[in-house]
Amino acid sequence: MPVFEVHGRTYDVDEDGFLQEPSVWNQDVAADFATSEGVAELTDAHWKVINYLRNYYLQFGIAPMIRKLCKETGFKLNEIYQLFPSGPAKGACKLAGLPKPTGCV
Amino acid sequence: MSQPKPEQLVQIQYGPQPRDWMDPAVEFRKGTFCYSALAKNLNYLGLPNARDWQPFDEDWKLPPDWKRIILDGMKERLEKFRSFRLFMDICVRCGACADKCHFFLGSGDPKNMPVLRAELMRSVYRRYFTLAGRLLGRLAGARDLTEDVIKEWFYYFYQCTECRRCSVFCPYGIDTAEITMIGRELLNLIGCNINWVLEPAANCFRTGNHLGVQPHGFKDSVDFAVDELEELTGIRVDASINRKGAEVLFIVPSADYFGTPHYYTFLGYLALLHEIGLDYTFSAFASEGGNFGLFNSHEMIKRLNAKVYAEARRLGVKWILGGECGHMWRVLHQYMDTMNGPADFLEVPVSPVTGTRFEHARSTKMVHICEFTADLIHNGKLRLDPSRNDHWTVTFHDSCNPARAMGLLEEPRYILRSVCNRFHEMPENTIREQTFCCGSGSGLGTDENFEMRMRGGLPRANAVKYVHQRHGVNLLACICAIDKATLPPLLEYWVPGVEVAGVHELVGNALVMRGERPRLTDLRGEPATQAEAVHA
Repeated sequence: MPVFEVHGRTYDVDEDGFLQEPSVWNQDVAADFATSEGVAELTDAHWKVINYLRNYYLQFGIAPMIRKLCKETGFKLNEIYQLFPSGPAKGACKLAGLPKPTGCV
Repeated sequence: MSQPKPEQLVQIQYGPQPRDWMDPAVEFRKGTFCYSALAKNLNYLGLPNARDWQPFDEDWKLPPDWKRIILDGMKERLEKFRSFRLFMDICVRCGACADKCHFFLGSGDPKNMPVLRAELMRSVYRRYFTLAGRLLGRLAGARDLTEDVIKEWFYYFYQCTECRRCSVFCPYGIDTAEITMIGRELLNLIGCNINWVLEPAANCFRTGNHLGVQPHGFKDSVDFAVDELEELTGIRVDASINRKGAEVLFIVPSADYFGTPHYYTFLGYLALLHEIGLDYTFSAFASEGGNFGLFNSHEMIKRLNAKVYAEARRLGVKWILGGECGHMWRVLHQYMDTMNGPADFLEVPVSPVTGTRFEHARSTKMVHICEFTADLIHNGKLRLDPSRNDHWTVTFHDSCNPARAMGLLEEPRYILRSVCNRFHEMPENTIREQTFCCGSGSGLGTDENFEMRMRGGLPRANAVKYVHQRHGVNLLACICAIDKATLPPLLEYWVPGVEVAGVHELVGNALVMRGERPRLTDLRGEPATQAEAVHA
């Protein structure tokens, strides 16, 4: 099983670098994973997306619809891509400690 | 991961390879294969040999008696599926299929010629199941089954999207997809699976859908769509879930209520079914039309499909309507009835709006939404304003399974010509039953497989490029959720400037609803292209 090492800390991750155990997530974890996603600094805009994803995940056990994420955070999809270069599912979800969505997505 | 640029990828070598084809060695280079299935997913589904491993590992940790398991599995399937034995025996290696595979066209790798991909298994069949092969070995085209052969099978049977384009050209009618299916099924017996297939399958088994959406999450998504459709049209639709006694059960791929651009098609469904007043309900358990069991084994198809008829029975509906999904229709059309039927508690589907009896679905009791909508339009039951789609110049990508596995060729085109003013076909050898695959079907649409997806999708993208340059096409319409997920990155790679949409997104745009307020935007929330006063 791959391990992600940053700032002297190590995390069990999958082959795509997603956190294996979502329950170990906290804000420091998000900051650590930002380095793997080409996000130089976590701004308020980043946190708005991350916190929304995190809260939705705790309630529903999965990421929200992409359209809902955009609407509830007020960011257009291309703005999410500017914040998280790999996009909402692969970039933002990784920082929020969510598993990667699978299927026809 | 750094990705190759289009101008690099398009340098394809079609010349003969220096190596003998019987040499099974393959290189698992990043970008050209999918990751192994996680042990937790095998355990959840009760599949054998759950363990930590990856295709690029030297040791695949196969069970000690792996060879016996594969050969016993082959023997069992040769006896069970007459088609499999026939396809092993009758190929004359004429080569008609050789240049019909998108993966061969995009990679130049001879083992992606369907004839040679099948030969990888035929050579083992000859060695252990024919007299000539047992006696003459290599001379008779027979190969020993070794661990390297298993790795080669894994590489090439997960480099076939089971699209069946090759079978259209085979003079013997050999269906190479069925050989790939058996190949994957045999690999499954010794725990060699990919995660992009088995995680959705495990999710499906647990929650009813690939994404793992639970009932309260499903309701949250449907409610959100209902709210948003009201903002867009001024009309509040009723989209019920698990409502007993509804006339129709409506089953869609879960990506329709999760992904983009799938979601706009979901809005289109809601608008249409409200406008005609269909008495329908969703099911929070049969909340997935797709069936990744098709990419794993016949047994898994049956297990995942069982919920469709079970929910139809529980809810007491008369018949079932299905949404825009590709491989779902191969399962529904060709397997469901005999695997989990007969559904004699349902009625032959009749459109309550037009009175049309869908005789072709008299056995499965399940109708494709394109058949249903085309019938509505044909009978003049919809008010449509195609000019609302004038910002799009549209072409249609036939998704492999609806086209080749159920012959759904005319209905989507009839709908598109009714809801759009600007429609252009791609070249005829790339559409209808000769359609080119998206390159990411059958569970191969993962990020780590990016290079091979771009290679496999090249012929499709090339045809899109033709109509993009010739007619200014800026929208590729399709009726498959995998297409909607994987064609946008494919087109961004090869043909920037062409977007992807479902057919019912365009229906939803054009549909003039009773009591609606002027549409200021399309279903994507983009400003409407022209004055709306006419319909006010």
